[in-house]
Amino acid sequence: MKRFFSLLAALATFALPASAQQEEIVAGLSQNAVQITATFVGSEILIFGAVKRDAPAPIGDLGVTVVVEGPSKPITVRRKAKRMGIWVNADSVEVEAAPSFYAIATSAPFDEIISPELNRARDISIPESIRILESEETTDTENFAEAVIRIRSKAGLYMINEGAVNMNEDTLFNTRIELPANLTEGDYRARIYLTRGGELVAEHSASIDVSKVGLERWLYNLAHQQAFLYGLMSLAIAIAAGWGASAFFRVFLRS
Amino acid sequence: MQIYLPIAEVSVNAFLLLGLGGIVGVLSGMFGVGGGFLMTPLLFFIGIPPAVAVATEANQIVASSFSGVLAHLKRKTVDIKMGLVLQVGGLIGAAMGIQLFNYLKAIGQVDLLVKLSYVIFLGIIGGLMFVESLRAILKSRGGQSVPTRRRHNWVHNLPFKMKFRASGLYISAIPPILVGVLVGVLAAIMGVGGGFIMVPAMIYVLGMPTKVVVGTSLFQIIITTAFTTMMHATTNYTVDVALAVLLLVGGVIGAQVGTRIGVKMKAEQLRVFLAIMVLAVCAKLGLDLLLMPSELYSLGAGGH
Repeated sequence: MKRFFSLLAALATFALPASAQQEEIVAGLSQNAVQITATFVGSEILIFGAVKRDAPAPIGDLGVTVVVEGPSKPITVRRKAKRMGIWVNADSVEVEAAPSFYAIATSAPFDEIISPELNRARDISIPESIRILESEETTDTENFAEAVIRIRSKAGLYMINEGAVNMNEDTLFNTRIELPANLTEGDYRARIYLTRGGELVAEHSASIDVSKVGLERWLYNLAHQQAFLYGLMSLAIAIAAGWGASAFFRVFLRS
Repeated sequence: MQIYLPIAEVSVNAFLLLGLGGIVGVLSGMFGVGGGFLMTPLLFFIGIPPAVAVATEANQIVASSFSGVLAHLKRKTVDIKMGLVLQVGGLIGAAMGIQLFNYLKAIGQVDLLVKLSYVIFLGIIGGLMFVESLRAILKSRGGQSVPTRRRHNWVHNLPFKMKFRASGLYISAIPPILVGVLVGVLAAIMGVGGGFIMVPAMIYVLGMPTKVVVGTSLFQIIITTAFTTMMHATTNYTVDVALAVLLLVGGVIGAQVGTRIGVKMKAEQLRVFLAIMVLAVCAKLGLDLLLMPSELYSLGAGGH
């Protein structure tokens, strides 16, 4: 019985191109570049669009899922354990790739509009977005993956907002994705999935460029590309400030 | 007002940093310590990555020490020759400390090393200072005079003797170099100038007169922390100049206020308060190591 359903799911996936021709996503972003300035306090992206149809809408509930993800980077997850009476980092797992930011917004409960097969095929849910390497140190790598999600969710970097996509007449949709203040730079990607009964009907993706600008950009580049010069500059500022403060207060105290 | 720090890559409140700089500045002005040993743990608490906190604090200490040493140079209370000898040890120590820091960072134990160093040194210094100042207060109440310390010990029987005119000493160069190495290692690992270790070592181990100790300590701390800053900046890219500037502005203003408060208080009382504060920071960091953390997992930059 179970095999029959997965066969059906496979058939549905094969049938994709045909249905994709019938319904398409036309979408836009309120901004396709986010600039991190010195006073950056987070941002908000409005993602909106419409479903374009050549024929009357087929039967079935339409669902829209919007995913905004940051660049994936390898991370090392360490777990503390009590050794000799104190808590120290004991074992670690290398995560091959985990997005620095991951926000999901859906028009209905996630499980109702994304089938498990589609979720796996397109890496949509948060756990699907994390790729873990096998570790010789531990066997319970799934605990480490959960920890990544827990820590990043707490920091406001991973989120899933079910029902946050507004839909009008099964045609127009829009949602807002909050970008937190502790955002890191890189190429972000917005993905939109149009589903019917959990199966993919159409998809669309767009890129969002998040980068430091102005002074932030300059300092970061200098620190990494001209490290020696940057070090000297830091010292010069420190010495000038120390000398300046001493001179200023001497004059100030005298008067 | 939130400020996004370019290297730390976190957004923090600028007034919080100015305030922290100011408070630590007041304390350092009152007690005559650099304040790095308080500032670095405080930066951990507000969420600055430890590696950035340590490297940036070294840079900030350059500023506060430079400001302090100018005043001492005017009063001629700096033993430059002794400072340079300590420096030789300091540079060796700083280079060793950075190697150790990078090695432990690679195996994921740098936070443990930094925190453990803090707990041990803050505990020892805080404890000794607390006992010593309580005893001084009790003695001054009892009307007894504080006994003078002995001037001759094992230090005076080593080879390579040198004359240190400003300190009025004729001792071997080995102990100052060893003291310098120790402080250099600590400066690199803990992001502190090491004044709170250097000052007692100069008085009790080297037997230097108290009036030249603070100036000489500051003099050599500048060079050690400047070297540490450069090493961190070129090997780890963890010096955040925006963070340093904010702390520094608060720090220099606070130091002036602190100096004025300090003048009005008794020395023993000041030392008791400082000791209590040092022990409180130590206890907080120690409990973090001893109690089960609420989050067992931590994330670090991956790849090898």
